[in-house]
Amino acid sequence: MIAEIGHFSLILALFVALFQAVFPLIGAARGNRAWMGVAEPASFAQFLLVATSFGALTWCYVASDFSVLNVAQNSHTDKPMLYKIAGVWANHEGSMLLWIFILGLYGAAVSWLGGNLPPALRARALSVQAMIAVGFILFILFTSNPFLRLDPVPANGEGLNPLLQDPGLAFHPPFLYLGYVGFSMAFSFAIAALIEGRVDAAWARWVRPWTLAAWCFLTLGIGLGSWWAYYTLGWGGWWYWDPVENASFMPWLAGTALVHSLIVVERRDTLKAWTVLLAIVSFSFSLLGTFLVRSGVLTSVHSFASDPTRGVFILALLAAVTGGSMALFFLRAPRLKSGGLFAPVSREGSLVLNNVLLSSAAGVVLLGTLYPLFMDVLDLGKISVGPPFFNAVFVPLMVPVVFLMALGTQMSWKRGNLTLALRQLKVAGVAALAALLLTWAMSRSLGASAAMGLATWLFVGTISNLFNRLKPSRLSLSEVWRRAAGVPLSFYGMILAHAGLALVIVGITGSTAWKTEKIQVMHSGDTINVAGYDLAFKGVEEGVKGPNYIAARATFTASKNGKFIADLKPEKRMYEMPPRPTTNAAIHTSAFGDLYAVIGDPNESGGYVTRLYYNPLVPWIFIGAGVVALGGLVSLGDRRYRVGVPSHKVNPKNPVHA
Amino acid sequence: MRDTMFLRRLTLFFPMAIFLTLVGFFFYRLVLIEKGNTPNMIPSVMINRPVPVFALPSLISGKPLVASAALKGKVTLIDVFASWCVPCRVEHPLLASIKEAGIALVGINYKDRPEDALLWLEKLGDPYDAIASDRDGRVAIDFGVYGVPESYLIDKQGVIRFKQTGPLTPEDIRDRLLPLAKELNK
Repeated sequence: MIAEIGHFSLILALFVALFQAVFPLIGAARGNRAWMGVAEPASFAQFLLVATSFGALTWCYVASDFSVLNVAQNSHTDKPMLYKIAGVWANHEGSMLLWIFILGLYGAAVSWLGGNLPPALRARALSVQAMIAVGFILFILFTSNPFLRLDPVPANGEGLNPLLQDPGLAFHPPFLYLGYVGFSMAFSFAIAALIEGRVDAAWARWVRPWTLAAWCFLTLGIGLGSWWAYYTLGWGGWWYWDPVENASFMPWLAGTALVHSLIVVERRDTLKAWTVLLAIVSFSFSLLGTFLVRSGVLTSVHSFASDPTRGVFILALLAAVTGGSMALFFLRAPRLKSGGLFAPVSREGSLVLNNVLLSSAAGVVLLGTLYPLFMDVLDLGKISVGPPFFNAVFVPLMVPVVFLMALGTQMSWKRGNLTLALRQLKVAGVAALAALLLTWAMSRSLGASAAMGLATWLFVGTISNLFNRLKPSRLSLSEVWRRAAGVPLSFYGMILAHAGLALVIVGITGSTAWKTEKIQVMHSGDTINVAGYDLAFKGVEEGVKGPNYIAARATFTASKNGKFIADLKPEKRMYEMPPRPTTNAAIHTSAFGDLYAVIGDPNESGGYVTRLYYNPLVPWIFIGAGVVALGGLVSLGDRRYRVGVPSHKVNPKNPVHA
Repeated sequence: MRDTMFLRRLTLFFPMAIFLTLVGFFFYRLVLIEKGNTPNMIPSVMINRPVPVFALPSLISGKPLVASAALKGKVTLIDVFASWCVPCRVEHPLLASIKEAGIALVGINYKDRPEDALLWLEKLGDPYDAIASDRDGRVAIDFGVYGVPESYLIDKQGVIRFKQTGPLTPEDIRDRLLPLAKELNK
């Protein structure tokens, strides 16, 4: 019964979305307020119906209703409650339902919070949003219905892949989708603006918070996914340039470019066509990712049960959404008149360069991801493109980005002063040089030294930007406080996000340059030295019972110079349903790195294969990613996004604004 | 002036052109998958090569040796299986339909204890015309087996024409194996 309610709500949502896609658009074209006005109740209705549908599927999972095929294939009564719920989106059908649930949520949020939007813009944006919803609801209903019944009803379900039974992965998809789908807002507003033939500062001010929110969620989603891979896959790695990772990284890169180019539109009324194109591209990358992951056109370690019929449907959807919007862009972009002119050396200039580099990076990742597909289709052989390619092309593109991040934010709009900006970065330059030499002295690694220097340059440069603004060395405490309170939140957001990236770079450098890895057979009582830590193997306890698995648990006692540090207890688990083994690494985190232990198979003589790692600075990657996302969140709180009245006035004199 | 307008238009057309090219590639790739060419499929180097020479004892005692020389003259499916292999169990009931289509069926019992294999066949039925016992897996190495089950379709001249890694599915048999065998039997 509940499943049928879910199915029926989804069908109703389709009709509401169809209605919402057509009438407000016609209303906006004719200037009919009543017709435009229906977008608002329609978006609420659509959200409620999709939420009911999503709730119904969740209920089926919580109640373990195995008469529903999707539940029977992905759940089991023994599963802890968290994973029963997470099971809803750990499969293709349910995750698509989550996708449109979030789409509906964003649509309703625009209706609810967008009271100050011009009615025609809002009506058009909501219409476009509803068109996307129509496409995806049709996709679910025709190719991926999660509410199909099963007869006869099995006694129990098949269970969820144990790798996915993990808190990190339970929350990873919702964040990722909040990001992917969030870019649909920027997209819908871009299409609405193209239809109207007008993009201005006010438009950018409405679009930016939505884009920023989506970008924060995507940052967190990618960070969580990477963290999950790091602690569950047991290889000590955190990024593999796998097609599915790339599928989330490309919209992130395009979205990062978009978040920055929107600033230029908002402050300086220029770069309009480019920004609109980026909005289209960011969302198109999200759709492309959906296509790549679910159609089976690429091989990947992550894969949904792929099905060419679904692939054709999503490809048609992608062709309609992106093809249609690019055609519209081709026709209408010439109408978008650019406003403010600027010198190459200026805030705008550096943001343009940032955009060019980030877009090139996204393009390079796209090329590497699709290259095997091109070769295959052209019958030039089966190849795979791995980390060596990505590292070789991606890193050189990121170096100037990071270098400019410290420099560009010091420049004023319109016409910057390079000498002045560099003078303000004197401290950063000295610190960077010191970090570079120190790293060289310690490691004799040129790459690592350069990377550490660059990260220091960014970090110190960013913090000194804040100092220049507040001048704590020259002004009294109360004056500094007064200034600090007057600085807009978006500036603090920029400081946090940029400093966070510096932490990420330090983490990446440390973990790639100085990782220690020891693989050996150990017997109870053996001790191995890993990067200065003594790891004593105390043996393995078999048959440790978990909620739905049995584990072999090893114990290592870690000490440094005879001083006890921690006990590490890695496990090998055998899940009951489905019967599948997993390796659970034990990690001891400190400020400077992770001790990481994995237990392998026993050999004939009673020893065990053990893999012991010291991963220097890895925690900095995940903490840094969190700080980056926090920066976006802080920026989101900026007063100018909350105070409704959009101002068309721009003050080019105001030098620092993120 | 008109030239710059034209150039600007051309630039605006660029994203769409790239995108449409991509769509073309994706569509063609999906068509290939539909035809059975998935990206996971790594073509075997054994395709269009003669069957490796082998002569193995029969699994069932008292029967003659199973040898590559005897394969010539008829279309044969060589199926590498083991009693300890779970996917083999999934594939097993489908083998009868292959035999019904007039294909000779030779099994290679891979790294298995004969008594286990015989018990397995007793329980599930024995569709094979002959079964070779490859206890140490030496012959399987010559075939390039890297997981059981694996199957090889051999033409009348003793040349490998098709290889499947992993269990054969009803779709594989219907859409690929049987049509190919029909052609080879002409």
